Amino acid sequence: MEKNRHQHYVESAIKGGHEKYHEKNASQGKLFVRERLALLFDNDLEVEDGLFANVLDGELPADGVVTGIGKINGRTVCVMANDSTVKAGSWGSRTVEKIIRIQETADKLGVPLLYLVDSAGARITDQLEMFPGRRGAGRIFYNQIKLSGRVPQICLLFGPSAAGGAYIPAFCDIVVMVEGNASMYLGSPRMAEMVIGEKVDLETMGGAKMHCSTSGCGDVLAKTEQEAIEYARKYLSYFPDSYKQKPDIIGPKIPATFEKSLQEIIPENQNVPFNMYDLINQIIDEESFCEVKKLFAAEIITGLARINGQSVGIIANQPRVKGGVLFADSADKAAKFISLCDAFHIPLIFLADVPGFMIGSQVEKMGIIRHGAKMIYAMSEATVPKITVIVRKAYGAGLYAMAGPAFEPDVCIALTGAQIAVMGPEAAVNAVYANKIAQLPKDQQAAFVQEKRDEYREDIDIYRLASELIIDEVIEPNNLRAVLEKRLEAYKSKEIKFSERKHGVSPV
Amino acid sequence: MGIVRASMAGTVWKFLVNEGDKVEVGQDVVILESMKMEIPIVTETAGTVTRIIATEGDFINVDDELLEIN
Repeated sequence: MEKNRHQHYVESAIKGGHEKYHEKNASQGKLFVRERLALLFDNDLEVEDGLFANVLDGELPADGVVTGIGKINGRTVCVMANDSTVKAGSWGSRTVEKIIRIQETADKLGVPLLYLVDSAGARITDQLEMFPGRRGAGRIFYNQIKLSGRVPQICLLFGPSAAGGAYIPAFCDIVVMVEGNASMYLGSPRMAEMVIGEKVDLETMGGAKMHCSTSGCGDVLAKTEQEAIEYARKYLSYFPDSYKQKPDIIGPKIPATFEKSLQEIIPENQNVPFNMYDLINQIIDEESFCEVKKLFAAEIITGLARINGQSVGIIANQPRVKGGVLFADSADKAAKFISLCDAFHIPLIFLADVPGFMIGSQVEKMGIIRHGAKMIYAMSEATVPKITVIVRKAYGAGLYAMAGPAFEPDVCIALTGAQIAVMGPEAAVNAVYANKIAQLPKDQQAAFVQEKRDEYREDIDIYRLASELIIDEVIEPNNLRAVLEKRLEAYKSKEIKFSERKHGVSPV
Repeated sequence: MGIVRASMAGTVWKFLVNEGDKVEVGQDVVILESMKMEIPIVTETAGTVTRIIATEGDFINVDDELLEIN
């Protein structure tokens, strides 16, 4: 009898919720939580805790969350995964306790923690036990913040992440959202209509596409759950288990081959756009790019990659989008990415082709100065090897934000033809000589402007800056990959402390 | 129907398509000038250009309408 009872408990806990909820899940293109874990890990979940949580209730298998340990590419990883077939993945007191415990385990083991989220939020009926107390839901977020920068924390969002629960993704290093199913919101559409009179559907208010392209709360938009899981497995490979180690060197590869050389793809005219991805692909190991926030603030590109097998974080202006100009969102995007890489010893490569920060009343009202300050702050604080490449231009505060010479990059390299200045020749001549130009007869204006622009260009000639030791090296574009390989190798032993203090007061 | 809008404030430098032209998703259809840079604007809708809304030389704000595709 006892044996049957045990078997019954085990089987029902593993089976999850009622059949009709499994069917509903499947009709939405969702996998069952245990199928997700089987896909995520090399050999399924290997260790599970709290399978018997709430077992005597009979209606709440495992209390709606699976927690345990498995292996990804041979490396130990902790996981919590909501079971949306059990009361829509909502949280009771044991759900919360299980999540808190796996966080504690990840910290003790010094291994990454994945959050597979698909949850309707708190069980209001259980609020006293799970919401306000010392080991209530708030402790999950507190622990996330404590773990931040100690071990990688990754959120895969397969369904809703509602109200307070929306803070799990918010405190993760990265959030992968499945299009059509994943959502994040503080108040549901129904609540929005009741409380503030707004009529809006879930997808518009908190859907995956919106968050990955507009709000920036999501980092990666995946078409399917399989794609999201595949991304997480790849992403983790660039990271060490914890801040105590450095990332592994993985399979050094040469870059893919392309029809055009770097020299050929970078236009001489500073004002003409080109596609920065074409440059990135020529300097990194083939197929090693793992982009973060591709759809958000696309005027700056942030992504992990490998150069000669070594993990690097790339921050690159994209001249094809908004001219590569920096905005509030682009600065935020870069700030978080820089901080992420620095936390886990991933060297940074800045590829600068930036006309500066956007100007005008609209961006000033958005606080572009304080947002820009976040990027400059994060970049300054970063103590990993920092390599700055002036691809074509770095004007104004754009030079600062992209790790210009004053911000202690280990090297500031310029490609031939690059310009560094407070502003470009056109704007500068206009700023200095506007009155004089206006006074000249019309037929003399063009020649005067051209003459002054040429003088200005001579003044900011890249070899002049090299001669003054402002930049450390000028190289032919086609040599960029080889130079980066050698520099990264040379800076491997870098270990510095940025500033002695309790902590800085960071702009927000 | 899709409306192609300005990605940032600046001026309309030139249209790369005319009314009646067929366009593909991701095709550059307008070039703006802003911050001394040429800013290509791509269409996210495929179809035929039914109306050019802005005029070359116009000052435009972010999200202003540039052209319509059906």
